[in-house]
Amino acid sequence: MNETTKKELMITACKIRMGIIEGVYNAKSGHPGGSLSMTDVLTYLYFKEMNVDPQNPKWEDRDRFVLSKGHCAPALYSALAHKGFFPVEELKTLRKVGARLQGHPDMKGTPGVDMTSGSLGQGVSAAGGMALAAKIDNKDYRVYAYLGDGEIEEGQVWEAAMFAAHKKLDNLCVIVDFNGLQIDGAITDVNSPCPIPEKYEAFGFNVITIDAHDFDQIEAAFEQAKTVKGKPTAIIAVSTKGKGVSYMLNKASWHGAAPNKEQYDIAMEELKAELAALEE
Amino acid sequence: MADMIKKATRESYGEALVELADINEKVVVLDADLAEATKSGMFKKKCPERFFDCGIAEANLVGTAAGLATCGKIPFISSFAMFLAGRAFEQIRNSIGYPHMNVKICATHAGISVGEDGATHQCNEDIALMRAIPGMTVISPSDHIEAKAAVKAAADFEGPVYIRFGRVAAPVFNTSDDYKFEIGKGLLLRDGKDVTIVATGLMVYESLLAAEALAEQGIDARVINIHTIKPIDKDIIIKAAKETGAILTVEEHSVIGGLGEAVAAVTAEEAPVKVVKIGMNDKFGYSGPALELLKLEGLCADNIAAKAKALAESK
Ligand SMILES: Cc1ncc(C[n+]2csc(CCOP(=O)(O)OP(=O)(O)O)c2C)c(N)n1
Ligand SMILES: [Mg+2]
Repeated sequence: MNETTKKELMITACKIRMGIIEGVYNAKSGHPGGSLSMTDVLTYLYFKEMNVDPQNPKWEDRDRFVLSKGHCAPALYSALAHKGFFPVEELKTLRKVGARLQGHPDMKGTPGVDMTSGSLGQGVSAAGGMALAAKIDNKDYRVYAYLGDGEIEEGQVWEAAMFAAHKKLDNLCVIVDFNGLQIDGAITDVNSPCPIPEKYEAFGFNVITIDAHDFDQIEAAFEQAKTVKGKPTAIIAVSTKGKGVSYMLNKASWHGAAPNKEQYDIAMEELKAELAALEE
Repeated sequence: MADMIKKATRESYGEALVELADINEKVVVLDADLAEATKSGMFKKKCPERFFDCGIAEANLVGTAAGLATCGKIPFISSFAMFLAGRAFEQIRNSIGYPHMNVKICATHAGISVGEDGATHQCNEDIALMRAIPGMTVISPSDHIEAKAAVKAAADFEGPVYIRFGRVAAPVFNTSDDYKFEIGKGLLLRDGKDVTIVATGLMVYESLLAAEALAEQGIDARVINIHTIKPIDKDIIIKAAKETGAILTVEEHSVIGGLGEAVAAVTAEEAPVKVVKIGMNDKFGYSGPALELLKLEGLCADNIAAKAKALAESK
C-alpha cells in the first residue's frame, strides 16, 4: 500500500475512534474495548474495500457488512457516519430515547446497517444467507461478517462455518477480532475457542492470520481472499482491545464501560495528538 | 417511602447463592460469560470449585446443567433472560422441562429495564415462554427480600424453576422480619374493595404507590403481589375478582402470555370480571435509560393509578 493511502486510512481510523469515544461517553454506557480493537480493519473495509453508496444504502449490488459482534455498534456507527451515511454529530445520540443509533445495530432504523445484531453468534449465519443469495442471483457482491473471539464460543458460529464451506460461499469473508478478551476475562481462561485458525481450516476455510492494526497486512488479506475460489475466507485479526486509548489497552474491564468526563478528556487528547501527528 | 433502600434483584441472587454455598453442597453454579452482570460471580469468589463459566454458549450451558442434575447436583444457571429463556428455549424445554430436571434457571436483566442495550437484550417474552413448559415453576420476585427468599425456596424445591431478576436498583419494600415466601402463594399487600391491582416483579411497588394515590382520590384499591406466576394462586385471584369486580394486571413483560393472561385465564373460567392489562403492548423495546423507558411504556405508578381509576369507574 502506498504511504499516502496508508496515512489517509490511519487518519480516518483515528477519527472513527474519536467517534466511538464520543458516542459511548454521551450514552454513559456501551462497549468501547472491542469497538477500538476492530477499528482499523473496519476502516479498511469501508474506506478502501467495500463497494457501498452512502446516498443509496439499500443499493442491491452493494457489498454487505454484518456486525455479528453487535455490541461493537459504536465502531460501526462511527464508520458509517464518517463514510457519509448520516451526520457525525448524530453519534452523540447513541443509546438515547428515540435515537436511530440503538444500543445494538437495528437495520430497520439506521442507514447503512445491513443486519440487526446483538445476540452473539447470529449475525454470521445471516451473512451466510446473504452470500448464498448472491450465488442464487449470480451477483458478485461480497459479504463480510465481523465476529468476536468470545463470540465464536457459540455453537451457531460453527454451524454457520460448516454451512458456508459446504455451500462453497467464496464470496463470504468472516473476520475474527482476536483480542483475547471477553467479559469474564481472557478467552483462554473462560472457555477457550483456541486454536482458532486451525478450527477454521478444519471447517474448510481459507484462513489468513494478520496483525489487525497493520494496514499492509489488512490489505494483503482482503486481496488474497478475493482470489480464492470455492471456499469462504476467515481472517484471524490479532488485535489489542482498547487500541488507541492508553488506559483501555488490554483491559477486560473496558469491555462494556463508558468513560467519565475526566477519562473522556484523556482519551480525546490522546486521539487528537495521534491525529495531529498523522496530519503533520 | 421516599428514602427507601434500593437494590437490584440480581444482587439478591448473588447474595443468596453465597449463602447457599455453605448450606447446600449439591449446589453448583454455571454462567455464560456474564458472571459479573448476573452476580453469579459472587458465588465464584466464595466457592470457585463449584462455579463453571461455560463461555458464550448458552445452549451448551443448559444441556450441561441437565447432565449435572441427573447426577444429583443442583445447578443454578444464569445469563440474561434473553439468552436463557430466549436463546436456549428449546434446550430448556427438552433437556430440563420434559425430563423434569432439578435445575434452577436464574435469568437476570429481564424486561425493558435493561435500558440502553436496547431491544435485542430486553426480554419481554420470558414469562410467556417459561409458563408454556409443562411442570416449570415460574417466579418473578418484586424486591431484594423476596428475591433472596425465592432463591432459597427454589433450592429446597425439587424440580425445574425459572426465576426472573432485574438489572436496575429497585426499592426494598418488603420487611425481612415478617416476610414469608411460599412458592405458588400470592400476597395480599393492601386490602380494597373497588378494584384489584395484580402485579409482579418491579411493578409491585409501583402498584402500591398507585394504590396510595388512588386512596387520596377516594378509590379503594386492593394490591396483590403474584411472585409465582406458575403455578398461580387461583384462590387469591378468584376472591379478588368476586369481591372487587375488576382486575388490573401490571407486569414488565409483554401483555401476551404473561401475568395478565395467566390471571385472565383464571377469572375467565372461575369468576368472569373485566381484566385490563398493563405491560409491553406487542412491541419491541428500545434504547434509553431504564427509568425513562418504564415511564414511557406506562410501567409506573401514575399510569397504573389512571388505569385502575378508569377500571373502577367503568364497573
Ligand atoms: C448470545 C449472547 N450471549 C451473551 C451476550 C452478552 N455479551 C455481550 S458482549 C459479550 C462478550 C463478547 O466477547 P467478544 O466476542 O470477545 O467481543 P469483543 O472482545 O470483540 O468485544 C457477551 C458475553 C450476548 N450479547 N449475546
Ligand atoms: Mg474478544
